[in-house]
Amino acid sequence: MAQTIAEKLLSERVGRAVEAGDIVVVPVDGAMATDATAPFALQAFERMGGERVWDPERFSLVIDHATPAPNERISTLHTVMRRFAREQGVRLYDVGEGICHQLMVENGHVRTGELFVGADSHTPTYGALGAFAVGVGSTDLAGVLLTGKIWLKVPRSVRIELTGTLPEGVSAKDVVLYLVGRLGIAGATYEAVEFAGEAVTSMSLASRMVLANMVSEMGAKTALVETDGLRLPGGAGAPVLRADPGARYRREVTVDVSGLRPQVAVPHSPDNVRDIDEVLGTKVDMAFIGSCTNSRLEDLHAAARVLAGRRLAPGVRLIVTAASRHVFNQALADGTVQALSDAGATFITSGCGPCVGTHQGVPGDGETVISSTNRNFRGRMGNPNASIYLASPAVVAAAAAAGEIVDPATLPLAGEGRVA
Amino acid sequence: MTAVSGKAHRLGDNIDTDRIIAGKYTKTLDAGDLAAHLLEDYDPELKERIRPGDVLVAGENFGCGSSREQAPIAIKTAGVSVVLARSFARIFFRNAINIGLAVAEVPEHEIPDGARVRVDLLEGTVVDEDAGQSYRATRMPAVMAEILEAGGLVPYLKEHGGYEASP
Ligand code: SF4
Repeated sequence: MAQTIAEKLLSERVGRAVEAGDIVVVPVDGAMATDATAPFALQAFERMGGERVWDPERFSLVIDHATPAPNERISTLHTVMRRFAREQGVRLYDVGEGICHQLMVENGHVRTGELFVGADSHTPTYGALGAFAVGVGSTDLAGVLLTGKIWLKVPRSVRIELTGTLPEGVSAKDVVLYLVGRLGIAGATYEAVEFAGEAVTSMSLASRMVLANMVSEMGAKTALVETDGLRLPGGAGAPVLRADPGARYRREVTVDVSGLRPQVAVPHSPDNVRDIDEVLGTKVDMAFIGSCTNSRLEDLHAAARVLAGRRLAPGVRLIVTAASRHVFNQALADGTVQALSDAGATFITSGCGPCVGTHQGVPGDGETVISSTNRNFRGRMGNPNASIYLASPAVVAAAAAAGEIVDPATLPLAGEGRVA
Repeated sequence: MTAVSGKAHRLGDNIDTDRIIAGKYTKTLDAGDLAAHLLEDYDPELKERIRPGDVLVAGENFGCGSSREQAPIAIKTAGVSVVLARSFARIFFRNAINIGLAVAEVPEHEIPDGARVRVDLLEGTVVDEDAGQSYRATRMPAVMAEILEAGGLVPYLKEHGGYEASP
């Protein structure tokens, strides 16, 4: 029978043909938990009677959500993670190494065709590599640590075909914001979202990660991007992963990206998406370029292209995190960090930073934030009285320079000193 | 735990986990701390009105957003006996069952705030006793029902050692 990518991959993992709706118990190839989810997970693991992690090589702990620790309570939770890692011989990414999702991909802890379980809702990001990656909570993760397996319902799939060529200055973020707006915050609940088409084939791994990352904002269980044209970190191609012709989808959507405008999600939901032209002139107080959605090298380059030779608008602060130490070092070596810092950007520790509202840039009452992250729920960045707009790194950078939302393409030319 | 009744607290659609419990309050292992901030950004007084055994009744896509298990833990610790919604976000639904918080998807319900509701999870029935109206809950997969019946995934795995016991 013709299979979707999700059906194909799960069939392979369980060793028999399965289809949407089946309940399967699947062996897990890799797992991950962060300082937001690991403390509960490790506690649940012990309560289950767990003594040894099923396979320490396949599990990673990441301290990224509140790093370095902003207070003694969180610091103590980090201590618990470090101790567990030592005792169990488990890999730990400590303060400043980067955001969990970036680290898993960058360091090869997840590969095409694998089944990965992450105790974080943006785990579907690894669909960019063609991995079946699902986000779970702490107790489910504890179950994985104990058994090396997870139960799943084989999801129905939504197929998204992206045709055409992205216009200059329009990025994968604009595409996925557009799609979240079109499908809605619950538009793919419990489902797998497949991406394919010529506009995908020409995308970098980083851009594919942006697409896969925000299927969480459609309620999806996982994302699967066809691997045609994919270059892995290191430059090698990826194994071919495609859906069968004639596979059954719950919904099929084709979008020609050639005419797409930059997109902005307005408060207070990621599916409140508008063409930038409808929100031009919205004043901003704070800008943030970071998160597992958009803080890789190409994102920092996009920001630097806009900001090189400019200064931030008076009264606007711009906070930047690189997705990982590796990304930061690359941006340092090629002059991107210098260009952004000269413009007035503040770099903070590689990690989640203000995305999750715990530290390092909580907005004030009545303030407006423009951010390259994935969620703008009320209170997301730590203050329910702030308003958050979501956009691409280029649009965030342009707003930081202008003090209001502007189309980066219409900013007057800056002076010398452009990079990348 | 299969049959409960309590007063309904009606919530809207798309209640995300940031509103159930803000990220800044989640970094703790103390469940009481979590319950103290339940739905604070949504309705600061709600937690004072919840009595043990009460029922949260939501619209579509309850619990969307992050994977934080602190969300169902805060609800359970506040004394809520069951959460009903027209639909749930998937991670929240799994998390709730895994920590032993009863949840039921009731696609057609029109239960208003303050109604007395009776829920029989085994039967899959929900009754708005004030209006005399009854609704059907969507069946959950057998493995989930067994985990819920065991009181959550911790007792379930402690007893079975794995998932194979369920079909
Ligand atoms: S960067 Fe934001 S969305 Fe991504 S894992 Fe961290 S908190 Fe979650």
